[in-house]
Amino acid sequence: MFTEAQIWEALEVVKDPEIPTLSMVDMGIITKIEIRDKDTVFVEMTPTFAGCPAIKMMEKSVAERLQEIGIQNPLVVTTFDKPWDSNKITARGLSCLKKHGLAPPIKHVGEITEELLTNVICPFCGSENTELKSPFGPTLCRSLHYCNNCLQAFEGFKPVV
Amino acid sequence: MNTDAIKELLYKMADDLLIIGHRNSEWTGLGPILEEDIAFSSMAQDKLGHAQALFQLLQELGEAAPDTVAFNRSAEKFHSAQFLELPNGDYDFSLIRHFLFDTADQLRFESLASSSYAPITKVAQKIKGELKYHVFHANTWIVKLGKANEESHARMQTALNQAWNYALGMFEKSKYEDALIADGIFIGEDALKTQWLKQVNTILEKATLKLPAETEWKPVYGGRIGNHTEHLISLVDEMGEVFRIEPSADW
Repeated sequence: MFTEAQIWEALEVVKDPEIPTLSMVDMGIITKIEIRDKDTVFVEMTPTFAGCPAIKMMEKSVAERLQEIGIQNPLVVTTFDKPWDSNKITARGLSCLKKHGLAPPIKHVGEITEELLTNVICPFCGSENTELKSPFGPTLCRSLHYCNNCLQAFEGFKPVV
Repeated sequence: MNTDAIKELLYKMADDLLIIGHRNSEWTGLGPILEEDIAFSSMAQDKLGHAQALFQLLQELGEAAPDTVAFNRSAEKFHSAQFLELPNGDYDFSLIRHFLFDTADQLRFESLASSSYAPITKVAQKIKGELKYHVFHANTWIVKLGKANEESHARMQTALNQAWNYALGMFEKSKYEDALIADGIFIGEDALKTQWLKQVNTILEKATLKLPAETEWKPVYGGRIGNHTEHLISLVDEMGEVFRIEPSADW
């Protein structure tokens, strides 16, 4: 029978379909794992954004990974019981985002203010001399920015409370 | 628990979101600049996600599945305010509607985040965080275009005047209003409208735009009880067209 820690570890290979360098575990969207018996494992997930179109695909990837390691009856559900916020991304997750060319979200303290979006650090040159172009980007979780220092457009991962 | 009252509350919110989501999506490919095309498309996706979360709560209360409810009802079964079914018009009207609706939507979800009805509280806590970006986007453009030049100011003011009485119609009261307030489920449309007016005024002042005189305020009611304009009929036809070709298809 698997331990909970083994399941967390096994799920580290399941990546976010929109950011393939980042695992769902590091993203902080897996909120609970329960070992019911040797064949049955229950995994609870929560979406980054309620309208995230990738959520069904992610449920499927988690179930397939569990089957791959020999769990015959994976139960994967998505709920808002423990809603996601951007502080739930792990330290490794934040550095993965940066590697992918996405400015990681600044830690929030319970409130999203305009300042959290206006001077985002450029993931390419590290400058703070940047500006927000639009709070909406190519996916629901990203915003568009421009770096006045290295003259490069870049995307940021939005802070969400 | 007053299930009928809760269902009515969920339906009007979900329908508002579904209809504005569809209207927002009509800007996809047509936005005046790329960033705005993306913004309205993203907000469309968010609104549909929020509508779906509410339709799921309705399903838990015994209503049909979200896709069926969304795509297989005729216009008179919709509880959305008439404001949201109006055609997009020019970009000025779309922006003003986005601003007036999203300010109300955010306040509504903020108040529901402390509702006594636990299932809606959880959903509202999630959604209110996402709506920050919608309101932030709306406020930025209202202030920018309100003050940019004579033409932009005049266009925004005209759009505001045209939208205003429809916007007031969003606060049409339900027959369950008193029960919802007494049970601590919802603060009620009057209280919401007071908060909304305050916030709307703050931004409009920054944008140097003026509300129509209060003597001219004539809220357009009826949407909440199924009275709609011809615009909703064509919208609903188009929105459900693909679904109705093969209702049993698995998406």
